[in-house]
Amino acid sequence: MDQPIEITTTKNLRGVSCPMNLVYTKVALAALKSGQVLEIILDNGAPINNVPGSVLKENHEILEKKQLPDGAWSVLVRKA
Amino acid sequence: MRYSETQLERYSRHIILQEVGLEGQEKISDARVLIIGAGGLGAPAALYLAAAGVGTIGIVDNDRVDISNLQRQIAHFTEDVGREKVVSASAKMRAINPDITVQPLEMLLCADNIRGVIRDYDFVIDGTDNFPTKFLVNDACVMENIPFSHGGILRFDGQTMTVLPGRSACYRCIFRQPPPPDAVPTCSQAGVLGAIAGMLGTIQAAEALKHILGIGQLLTDSLLTFNAAAMNFRKIPLQRQADCPVCGSNPTITELVDYAQAACAMKH
Ligand SMILES: [Zn+2]
Repeated sequence: MDQPIEITTTKNLRGVSCPMNLVYTKVALAALKSGQVLEIILDNGAPINNVPGSVLKENHEILEKKQLPDGAWSVLVRKA
Repeated sequence: MRYSETQLERYSRHIILQEVGLEGQEKISDARVLIIGAGGLGAPAALYLAAAGVGTIGIVDNDRVDISNLQRQIAHFTEDVGREKVVSASAKMRAINPDITVQPLEMLLCADNIRGVIRDYDFVIDGTDNFPTKFLVNDACVMENIPFSHGGILRFDGQTMTVLPGRSACYRCIFRQPPPPDAVPTCSQAGVLGAIAGMLGTIQAAEALKHILGIGQLLTDSLLTFNAAAMNFRKIPLQRQADCPVCGSNPTITELVDYAQAACAMKH
């Protein structure tokens, strides 16, 4: 059951603060087809606390959130 | 990607709105809005629409900036006194947002030219200051099927309604004809609290953006009135009238002739 998730695009948003990290996330999602997966790398703190919630409100799905060794977060978003 | 990083930052507060997003901002960039009058209502509307990134904005006026305008017509500065209003307003719009195309139209809109001018736009903002022109704008927009926002201010009062021709009540469904000259004072005779020009002009700008984006409910089939002294707002429900002389089932006004002279004779 534990199939690897196929990531279409990765967007490194380390060092990008709110709300531009959400803007770039929305721009990246706009380029994908429904069902495709975007990986975003968000800084710890405000970015990881805010961006996933905004993405959920737009009906996309969060497949996975995991913290990386440097403290940033990898978030997998499936486009609605 | 049509936007640069700088433009994404410029429009970020729109793009992060769920109801706007990247697609919505692109609609704004593709939109064409005409502002009739670069005065109390037109000035704030022009600045906000330029700031929003409306791709093409036409602005019509045939007046020059007078020092008595500066109390409320916020696109014009002291150094602009004596300059053409459309030139003054266009300079401010381009200064706020160099991405957009501004079309300054220094002319008097009359029955014989208005339809040709408004035809090029998706939405019209009526920021005129006299009744003959307000009726002219209504009738021309109905005939050309162009959505528009009516607006008027006097003393402490403002009123506005949005018209989708053929689908919602038009200005003439409510007010059949212009009042006789001198029956209603103009701004210059009655005075106006400067800030209410901003209150009303920005409502009109918001309506234009909502129409472009296709979001929310437009101020159609209702007249929004406010009195800034009491700070009371009222929304009066309206209905399209089957016997409206311009948008009814058997229109009696089919050509823009009657008000041409009145509008053209009107001087500030
Ligand atoms: Zn009507």
